[in-house]
Amino acid sequence: MNHSADVVIAGGGIVGAACAYECARAGLSVTVIEGAIIGGGASAAGMGHIVVMDDSEAQFNLTLLSQQLWSERVAEMTDGVEHLPCGTLWVAADEEEMAEVRRKRAFYSQRGVPVEMLDSRQLAEAEPHLRPDLAGGLLVPGDSVVYPPVAARWLLDRCGARVLTGVPIATLDDNGATLEDGSRVSGGVIVNALGAKAARLMPSIPVTPRKGHLVITDRYPGFLRHQLVELGYLKSAHSAGADSIAFNVQPRRTGQVLIGSSRQFGADHKGIDQPILSRMLRRAAEYMPRIGSLIAIRAWTGFRAATPDHLPLIGPMPGASRLWLATGHEGLGVTTALATGRLIADQITGRSSPIDAAPYLPARCIHG
Amino acid sequence: MAERVTIFVDGRPIAAERGATVAAAMLSAGIRAFRHSVSGEPRAPLCGMGICFECRVTIGGEPHRRGCQTLCQDGLEVSTT
Repeated sequence: MNHSADVVIAGGGIVGAACAYECARAGLSVTVIEGAIIGGGASAAGMGHIVVMDDSEAQFNLTLLSQQLWSERVAEMTDGVEHLPCGTLWVAADEEEMAEVRRKRAFYSQRGVPVEMLDSRQLAEAEPHLRPDLAGGLLVPGDSVVYPPVAARWLLDRCGARVLTGVPIATLDDNGATLEDGSRVSGGVIVNALGAKAARLMPSIPVTPRKGHLVITDRYPGFLRHQLVELGYLKSAHSAGADSIAFNVQPRRTGQVLIGSSRQFGADHKGIDQPILSRMLRRAAEYMPRIGSLIAIRAWTGFRAATPDHLPLIGPMPGASRLWLATGHEGLGVTTALATGRLIADQITGRSSPIDAAPYLPARCIHG
Repeated sequence: MAERVTIFVDGRPIAAERGATVAAAMLSAGIRAFRHSVSGEPRAPLCGMGICFECRVTIGGEPHRRGCQTLCQDGLEVSTT
């Protein structure tokens, strides 16, 4: 069976779904090709946070726009999206990390994002299960969490895109995609939204898989109130070389506690790496001693799409006439999916965008 | 003769032998719903040996304890909600 559409999107994760949604809303016909199941890759192996981040101005602008788009959409979405406006609480272990809290507070405040600084006592009141000797923290109340696979499904259902699932893509070219069963999907514009697999079909894309582990517990309503992230996280997330772990936990609307995080390059199998998982859980127990008494019901892994400069690749593929990229979102794909869809649709249709798209253009690191 | 103790299930006193499991004591007292699933179905022990997790109850304020792996002590507080 052969199809054609104005826009053909390779990849039915949260990013591909958001691109489909925005392109369809702009009046384009859209076909999405997903080799496995919708939202079943990194979208199902991420923590589903919608967070405003401050690593760079470009990252801030993209995450803030996307958070605004999420807050417009999420009220319409099905209950299964499990939106929880829990806020993020950045946890400072010592005075050095409190200096980072003050820097972050200034950054967010100057840009109009509400934040609240907590001292040691206020932190203990906000999260009674944290260990008592922590220095304080920064609460970002506008952050939230969702269950991304259901959000991806909702975006596709709502926009009326044609969705082909179950047959992986064999090749991508300027005119479309050829699937492994030999069928052909042709399009006016082809968008590679294959996440960590994006470079398999287009080897010149500088996206590498960065493996992560997650653990989820049984239901313990009230155990945790906010998403918690250790401020040491930034050191580990940006250390490009060695494997790293960091304390990052979330309350889910079910009452479950989702525990992360780990980062590994060069680990290409999906299985659990027991030493990494153990380090990750020990780290969580250092911050929340009682977390070890909760029953874990599942541990799993996934692969982030990492780029050398920690910014996604959104825009035309250099050297190609009709191939576009929407990948490289690393650990922020759920947060930044909706803004990515908006930028892609704006660029394809020639509309202006709410933010400057230049920092995310693939031409910054791919030379056609 | 084994020593008798009293445990409290949702506030109701239940006589049991010391050393019996909480699950055995609750079943002997005619309790058939140890907890309710997410979709509201009543649940009760299936395996009785710690594997199926269907017998989970709150014991001493701690949720998700397995009734079949916890022994009765006098005054133990058990909740099925």
